Amino acid sequence: MADETMSAHGLHAQAGAMESAWEGGGSPYAVGSKKLGMWLFIVSDAITFSALLVAYSYVRVASSLWPRPFESASIINATVMTGVLLSSSLTMVMAVRESKRDAVSKTVVWLLATAAGGILFDILHIREWLGLIHEGVRLFANPWGTPLFGAAFFSLTGLHMTHVTIGVVYLIVVALGFRRSKYSAEDVEVSGLYWHFVDLVWMFIFPLVYLMSAKLA
Amino acid sequence: MSESAEQAHQEASRKLFMVVWVSLLVLTGVEVFLAYENLEVKLMLIILMTLSIVKASLIISYFMHLRFERTSLVLTLMPALVFVIVMMFMAFPDSVRLYEMKPK
Repeated sequence: MADETMSAHGLHAQAGAMESAWEGGGSPYAVGSKKLGMWLFIVSDAITFSALLVAYSYVRVASSLWPRPFESASIINATVMTGVLLSSSLTMVMAVRESKRDAVSKTVVWLLATAAGGILFDILHIREWLGLIHEGVRLFANPWGTPLFGAAFFSLTGLHMTHVTIGVVYLIVVALGFRRSKYSAEDVEVSGLYWHFVDLVWMFIFPLVYLMSAKLA
Repeated sequence: MSESAEQAHQEASRKLFMVVWVSLLVLTGVEVFLAYENLEVKLMLIILMTLSIVKASLIISYFMHLRFERTSLVLTLMPALVFVIVMMFMAFPDSVRLYEMKPK
């Protein structure tokens, strides 16, 4: 009898241990699996962008004839783009806040405002691209110097622009789904993580690609 | 009472996000100002990288909320990422050497 109580107690203690975070039970990081999945994707995507940025910086520092095509107008354009992206991160934070309070229509408005920021960013960036292409920049040739400039510029900013465009679609899908209660506040938060990451990557591309190739009086 | 405490918390977090957003804009302004100063390429790269890392940390900590997550999550994600990125710089000094050894 006493033994039985003991073993029952022992079993109970074991079950308790199973639930502890480091024993593989429960939720060790105290975040949902969607959020953890997005974080893991972000870390791997960050490594992709880092590889490109480090390779670009290597070539940039090693080249004495690196083109400096960005005059004041381009730098102002890129600064405005940076402001738009940073502000869209702020509207995203607002969307996450409202979604946690279950304020559905406010969440949808902030999400769509964030998507609009992304669209504005894309439009301004495509204008910059067309300007450079018009001046004769190609992937492996340009009128000014190191031929690799085009490949470095278009691949870095192109990969980022792809992320922004995917983000815009993602945010619109989440906004519409949240309105129909198909998606939860957690889904809004996870889409926010992605959007902030896209903003974060631009914080490296803008200074390294634009400001390091600026020609200013 | 708990509702007003909730409201105070909401208000505090809104203020915090505004402060982070303004600091990010100010740091961007500093970077653009430096571009107009025409610094030497290596020095410029180091200053811009430093400022960008500060901006990235602000975004990760506050906008992406990582500062308020459990330490085990931070320890799983960040050290590995930082290690990989640092290792990418292993051959970087060669770029300066290439530049300096090149016939001008």
